[in-house]
Amino acid sequence: MSALDGLYQELILDHSKRPIGKGELDGPEGALTASHHEFNPSCGDEITLSVAVSPETQQIEALAWEGQGCSISMASASVLSQLVREDALTIAEARARIDAFREMIQSRGTVEPDEELLGDAVAFQGVSKFVMRVKCAMLAWVALEADLKQVEAAQE
Amino acid sequence: MSTPLSTAEVFGLRAAFPYFANPPQVAGVPVAYLDSAATSQRPVRVLDAERSFLERDYAAVHRGTSQAVGSATERFETARATVAAFVGAKTPEQIVWTAGATDALNTVALGIGEATAGLGVRGSERFALEPGDEILVTEAEHHANLIPWQRLATRTGATLRYIPVDEHGTWSLDAARDAINQRTRIFAFTHVSNVTGAVAPVAELVQLAHAVDAITVLDACQSVPHISVDFDELGIDFAAFSSHKALGPNGIGVLYGKAELLDALPPTRTGGSAITKVTMEEAQFMPPPLRFEPGTQPVSQAVGLGEAIAFLDEVGMARSAAREHELVERLVEGVLETPGVRLLGPQGTEGRVALASVSIEGLHAHDVGQYLDEQGVLVRVGHHCAQPLHRALGMASSTRASVHLTTTEDEIDRFLDGVRGAQRYFGVEASR
Repeated sequence: MSALDGLYQELILDHSKRPIGKGELDGPEGALTASHHEFNPSCGDEITLSVAVSPETQQIEALAWEGQGCSISMASASVLSQLVREDALTIAEARARIDAFREMIQSRGTVEPDEELLGDAVAFQGVSKFVMRVKCAMLAWVALEADLKQVEAAQE
Repeated sequence: MSTPLSTAEVFGLRAAFPYFANPPQVAGVPVAYLDSAATSQRPVRVLDAERSFLERDYAAVHRGTSQAVGSATERFETARATVAAFVGAKTPEQIVWTAGATDALNTVALGIGEATAGLGVRGSERFALEPGDEILVTEAEHHANLIPWQRLATRTGATLRYIPVDEHGTWSLDAARDAINQRTRIFAFTHVSNVTGAVAPVAELVQLAHAVDAITVLDACQSVPHISVDFDELGIDFAAFSSHKALGPNGIGVLYGKAELLDALPPTRTGGSAITKVTMEEAQFMPPPLRFEPGTQPVSQAVGLGEAIAFLDEVGMARSAAREHELVERLVEGVLETPGVRLLGPQGTEGRVALASVSIEGLHAHDVGQYLDEQGVLVRVGHHCAQPLHRALGMASSTRASVHLTTTEDEIDRFLDGVRGAQRYFGVEASR
């Protein structure tokens, strides 16, 4: 597999064409909501990612995003949405995944990702070899991190 | 029109550049360098000039009395004279060394701010702005020729206005005529757009502005390295361009000004060697250009820039411009023949210099750039420091291929093949 094919895996291209989670947030009543806009000034890619979190269980009950950007940033937002939705993650669990994703993406190909933890997001391992694309892959994850911080601050 | 450089001459020129004589390889093929609009590669004689200066002639330019200082200063000032002659300045004193083109534009905008704040030199009143005055720019400006004017407007209470672009990202003389009025005090615009490649009718625009006594400021970064430019003939008041896009070193740029205007412009940074008399209370400043060159100057870079300009001059701007026009024709025609590719700027080859930016239907510029990178085709992707222009075109970014006097037909073809290859790779081929 060429480095380019390693970057643009089928799964990534599929997600970028049919993204999951794109749309308006539809959270249950009583949930704590947060929204964050993240912008990459070098290319103009942007995303606004919103979450609804249950104050009782700390579970992320809904996640949605709007944005525009390259296939890597859009697919990454889609895969993140799938992960949060399918695994019904709590704030702490989402944090662990964000950390693992960041570690993999910034590793320049040296970190073998934990598929249990990251699911389809391991497909982005190829991005770690392209320094200039790390920000693209991180865009949605950084936005989620900011949302979770907001939710936690609201509970303090 | 002059005879374009022949293919043999182009290959002769390439041999004079270490980068092109022995280009980096990607997957076994040499890099096709189509990013000169971002920064240009340098001829070996530019590197040699800097090196020989540093090895043999280096001394504290403009400071002290030794013979060594004398000869170092002479090389520094000879470079200034070379640049002055090249861009049609009447005297070398009209050429100010700056840290770059961005710094040059800031020197003018901030200087006008100082004049307005009462921190002027003799004659600075002519620059002072007041609420109701208008600063005019265009929607196509590089951020470097926009943000300094935004801040000057905020600082002085003047109003920033702009000439809007059309659906291709270009604007016309008529649009300028509509926008210029009795309140216009400054008109800042780009000679050749770094995104669309469109050439502005500078002399006509200057006439319109001067009819209402407005000062004109030209961003000449994309014109000076590619076409013959005579600032005096164009009538422009101030102009800026960079060294590193004109085969010269980084870290130095040029501010050109009409003598009487430079003479009335206050300095924006002050310190040693830009002064005549200093007391504990105040300072008096040198005439231009030294007034704008306080502190240690990029002396070896100035020597390198002088050598780069001499190189361009020896090749001949008319002939290299004719050659680059042939390349742009090949590039634009190839783009127009490719379905699903939108050409920004003039919808043809006329009124366009040295570059073409495109947007590919269904594809983000970063993905295009990544694919081209894998093919060894080096272009610029992004907003090219022109966010408002891209916003007006309904996009966040584009893909730009730019040519220079060393570019070959084969490199253009590799770009066009790469664009079509990216369409196939990402499954977005369009049909007519």
